Amino acid sequence: MNPDDPERIEVDLLLEGVYRRYSYDFRGYARASLRRRLWRRAHEEGAKTLSGLQDRVLHDPAVMDRLLRDLSINVTEMFRDPGFFRIMREKVVPILRTYPYARIWNAGCSTGEETYSLAIVLAEAGLLDRVRIYATDMNDDVLARARQGSFALDKMGRYEENYQRAGGAGDMSRYFSTQDGQATFARSLSQGTVFAQHNLAQDAAFNEFHLIVCRNVMIYFARPLQERVHELFLASLVRFGVVALGHKESIVAPFEDRYDVLDAGEKLYRRKR
Amino acid sequence: MTAYEIVAIGASWGGLHAVGTVLAGLDGSFGASVVVAQHRDGHDDQGLLPELLARRTALRVTEGEDKGPLAPGSVVLAPAGYHLLVEDRSVELSCEDLVQFSRPSIDVLFESVAEEYGERAIGVVLTGANPDGAAGLAAIARRGGHTVVQDPQTAERSEMPRAALAAVTPDAVLPLERIAPHLRRVCAEAA
Repeated sequence: MNPDDPERIEVDLLLEGVYRRYSYDFRGYARASLRRRLWRRAHEEGAKTLSGLQDRVLHDPAVMDRLLRDLSINVTEMFRDPGFFRIMREKVVPILRTYPYARIWNAGCSTGEETYSLAIVLAEAGLLDRVRIYATDMNDDVLARARQGSFALDKMGRYEENYQRAGGAGDMSRYFSTQDGQATFARSLSQGTVFAQHNLAQDAAFNEFHLIVCRNVMIYFARPLQERVHELFLASLVRFGVVALGHKESIVAPFEDRYDVLDAGEKLYRRKR
Repeated sequence: MTAYEIVAIGASWGGLHAVGTVLAGLDGSFGASVVVAQHRDGHDDQGLLPELLARRTALRVTEGEDKGPLAPGSVVLAPAGYHLLVEDRSVELSCEDLVQFSRPSIDVLFESVAEEYGERAIGVVLTGANPDGAAGLAAIARRGGHTVVQDPQTAERSEMPRAALAAVTPDAVLPLERIAPHLRRVCAEAA
């Protein structure tokens, strides 16, 4: 799209306005899917242009709340990509076992499905009481849901199937109780987990980790913001710490040579020094 | 005349054969890049689709990688479980909600191709059993791109090409085996 395309200008101005008015920084996001979500919000607010949406967002915080919900992608499932969790058991658990105590950062945890999946893998490896999981997201609403650990019961069939493919031992149902159409996961799974707000686009390093899991989060970021996050990860990883990315993501330049590939297919990387 | 830079192909049921047939008719001299949204099961095909398609064409076939390049004469497939979009001549992926019950969705791909490439885009809707792709093809037409729909009578499932025909009057309605020659011709004429 040309730099003088009116819609491109409207997107830039809207994101600048959102940042200055509400301090949420979406300026470094990848534009194609962002534009789709902006337009969805514009249609629902009855705005005919993105400038019209900007007008509403700047003057009505309730519109910003709704836009924020649209802009944070919260599509997730338990044991998504079962192969990833299988390789976690095979290649990452033995590494974590070498530490007396390990810290794990689940960056962009959304409503927590991935976090609870990790906790189950760690519990089955007998490591859950030797790790602390920091599960972060920019969106407080999804964190509140993640803390509850309750997911729609009708999804459990699929999650159970994923769990089996991920090398699960027995039935996943032993980890949750059911009530009113919800499956609520056992407190023992999440008591070593800290759910906290952190925005990868804006916030700094806050601890040193042995494992960072950040899958399909940075696909929504343009290259310069991805570079910022990789910088942040290096500042947050112990020597020989592991980073897990989504299936279609890689460590971006110029950071590739700071890592060895631990598993090419499941996108696991290990910091060299 | 503006040269075409991208061909976006959408298919669902019966798409493996149909997409393969179109790609088989294109070779390394084809000057546009090709992007494909083929509905696929998020679970079960572990990278098999690119392999099967690569066997049928001289073009390089890969699955879309985050921010990966789009290059003339190469084919990028939407990965299972991701929407494929285009931005600044490269790939953008998204795991957003299903669109038209699908991820990848043809509408999502076509709409971003329309926005990014305008009149330099070609959209092709092939066989399928649902209406995904119709709105996207209309977006490509609205932005001045070239539109092609597989003749529903030659499609393994006709619902998808019929939905596209209901949404837009395309530049060409063709039986499957004539689509690749048509693409070669319009690209060569416009170049």
